[in-house]
Amino acid sequence: MEQPSLRSLMISPAGCKVGRSSFLLEPEQITWGRSFFLLHPKDNMEGESICEVDSGDGLGADIISTVEFNHTGELLATGDKGGRVVIFQREPESKNEPYNQGEYNVYSTFQSHEPEFDYLKSLEIEEKINKIKWLPQQNAAHSLLSTNDKTIKLWKITERDKRPEGYNLKDEEGKLKDLSTVTSLQVPVLKPMDLMVEVTPRRIFANGHTYHVNSISVNSDCETYMSADDLRINLWHLAITDRSFNIVDIKPANMEDLTEVITASEFHPHHCNLFVYSSSKGSLRLCDMRASALCDKHSKLYEEPEDPSNRSFFSEIISSVSDVKFSHSGRYMLTRDYLTVKVWDLNMETKPVETYQVHDYLRSKLCSLYENDCIFDKFECAWNGSDSVIMTGAYNNFFRMFDRNTKRDVTLEASRESSKPRAILKPRRVCVGGKRRKDDISVDSLDFTKKILHTAWHPTENIIAIAATNNLYIFQDKVNSEMH
Amino acid sequence: MLRGRRRMESTLDAQSLISISLRKIHSSRTQRGGIKLHKNLLVSYVLRNARQLYLSERYAELYRRQQQHYPDGAPLLAMPACPPPPAPPELPVLPLPADTQDREVRSCAAVRGGAELLEGPVCAAPPELQRAPCRDSSPGFYRAAGSAGPGGGGGGGSSAAPGLLYAAGCDFGTGGVPHCSSRTTVLDLDTHVVTTVENGYLHQDCCSQCPCCCQPVAGLASPPPAPGTKRKYYPGQEEEEEGVEEGEPGGGGVAGGPPFAPCTKRARFEEYSAEHPQDSSNISNLISIFGSGFTGLVSRQQADSEQPLNGQLCGKQALASLGAWTRAIVAF
Repeated sequence: MEQPSLRSLMISPAGCKVGRSSFLLEPEQITWGRSFFLLHPKDNMEGESICEVDSGDGLGADIISTVEFNHTGELLATGDKGGRVVIFQREPESKNEPYNQGEYNVYSTFQSHEPEFDYLKSLEIEEKINKIKWLPQQNAAHSLLSTNDKTIKLWKITERDKRPEGYNLKDEEGKLKDLSTVTSLQVPVLKPMDLMVEVTPRRIFANGHTYHVNSISVNSDCETYMSADDLRINLWHLAITDRSFNIVDIKPANMEDLTEVITASEFHPHHCNLFVYSSSKGSLRLCDMRASALCDKHSKLYEEPEDPSNRSFFSEIISSVSDVKFSHSGRYMLTRDYLTVKVWDLNMETKPVETYQVHDYLRSKLCSLYENDCIFDKFECAWNGSDSVIMTGAYNNFFRMFDRNTKRDVTLEASRESSKPRAILKPRRVCVGGKRRKDDISVDSLDFTKKILHTAWHPTENIIAIAATNNLYIFQDKVNSEMH
Repeated sequence: MLRGRRRMESTLDAQSLISISLRKIHSSRTQRGGIKLHKNLLVSYVLRNARQLYLSERYAELYRRQQQHYPDGAPLLAMPACPPPPAPPELPVLPLPADTQDREVRSCAAVRGGAELLEGPVCAAPPELQRAPCRDSSPGFYRAAGSAGPGGGGGGGSSAAPGLLYAAGCDFGTGGVPHCSSRTTVLDLDTHVVTTVENGYLHQDCCSQCPCCCQPVAGLASPPPAPGTKRKYYPGQEEEEEGVEEGEPGGGGVAGGPPFAPCTKRARFEEYSAEHPQDSSNISNLISIFGSGFTGLVSRQQADSEQPLNGQLCGKQALASLGAWTRAIVAF
């Protein structure tokens, strides 16, 4: 079996220089067709150690808080706790090295949000970027929406690679010329210059939310988008910042009657009138904006009754949905709660069509996970481009992939320690007692501070972006680059 | 015996979960970015679940001990009967807002942190158990239970108009003879008026099911609430004879009816400061900070006509209707 030579790249959000390693293919991997490796940077390697971003201020401002590919997969945006956005661009593939498929390099970095203070409520508003969503590209510029807890901003990213030279009235530095020295007229000419990426805030959508914004979603009409906080969902027009429409409001008349909050929301990928939102009680509501202006009444309610034998102190917590994603086809929805990922068919409201256990071995550890707050971690989930594989993160820098067709699953680790030269990711196993194989990790030695909350899958290719605290890993499937 | 130990462990777990949860809620006040509504809602669910378990365990134990002590079949308690005294809106010394007549505070259980929290409502405890809660005089804002007997004052559930915390209830004393406490001390969280009522009062709930418990005491301070008064009882009260039911009395809202009772008043929380957030004994302060004396800890009664005057009511009333917590969260 051919062993592709695979190299790897680990990039930090600030774009530090990267190290290099690669991974070996394991037999099981080949048969399953998943052989993920880290992408290789173009520059030659000095073999230096992988750089981990740490601005040293101890505040963890570099912790990645969101990861999102754009619609073509050419760009990858990350947001961090310090309010910064870093955009990576994929280099075009080189014909010389066929295995050296385009890797991602830093394209632009900018400060999206700053910490603010709400004087009225004496509250500090965190600058942490909760979500980034790309707009479909309509011209040469790229646009994305980024949001913190309160304010959504529309950023326009443009490239400048030419500069006019030969002004009549200004000299090269821009200073006005002495008119007496001007003896002839010339037409300014555009000359090439080093590529400069400019990012400008085009719209700021502020004061729309009382509670913390947890998700944004751009509509397929490319004109509107919605933002959801704990209790309300607002519909905005991308060009209008001074007003928004409230389309969902689950705030009870008496806050004492509050039983659930909105945890995530998303527009349907094709039907611009449909959207879904998930709740802390584990239910999904599909709403049709044509039905009424206020979509408090759902069109469909997706809920699975709780298994009474699994009842515990923490049943409500672990049933809270942390992420919901429509499939690319628009036929299914993927939800993530603390221990499982579930695939729902839009046509069936009574139960999910598929349920996958992400880390069921944690079920007996819920008490200590509650004490150290890990039980509140909000994991995201992702579909691959063909909706055949779903992916989500876990602890110990593990992330999991589930193949819906073959029903096989794999656990992989995103860490530099696990990377060996010329090796691809080795499947990992968590043993819960019983037979323990070599290289298995026992449940008790899992590192719960290393959690992979944010993952993203390239829209068309088998490239994944994994955020592990303050490091970004980009893996590519070598053997099968195309979706299948 | 092993069962007993396991039970004990689970109640200890429940206790520690409660104190952990309260600590989380408290520390969320100082978190950067403001109170996270979602997280606090989830914490309040854990709190409620832990309290449900703890209280059901306690009642089970109560009943068992009762059986032990009175095997002749004349149980001291037909039920763990120490329902809180009804809301006495006309209580002369208490300045109660007019619109609070139909609200009751079951604040006893809620206001304490940690283990203390759970002893509050167990006013129906057999003497030895009752001593602990009843003799409570936790610092600050919580009630100083007056006690009429050696057993200590009724710890019990307090039923009051919102904004009030007071200890009242049946004091069973060491002799095991239940009688209503002759003195109650009330703190109005809104006006910070502390009042002590010397004579007892009629526990309508109590007396209707446990005549031995609450005799109408001379000097009745107030008439019982009108039958039509809305009471906040946990839906689905079980029969007392079976003792405490394990599981989900009322299901925390699942059994129907909103699980939260509205609070009417926000506490003047800015007047309180939790100096020692980690000190569980001051968690009672914390609770009062959260407001309204935890009126919200009683879930709404499903049918007004129903008067499930179960003695278990006393403790179970204290079960988390999460309203107060949520209110606390929102208050910030």
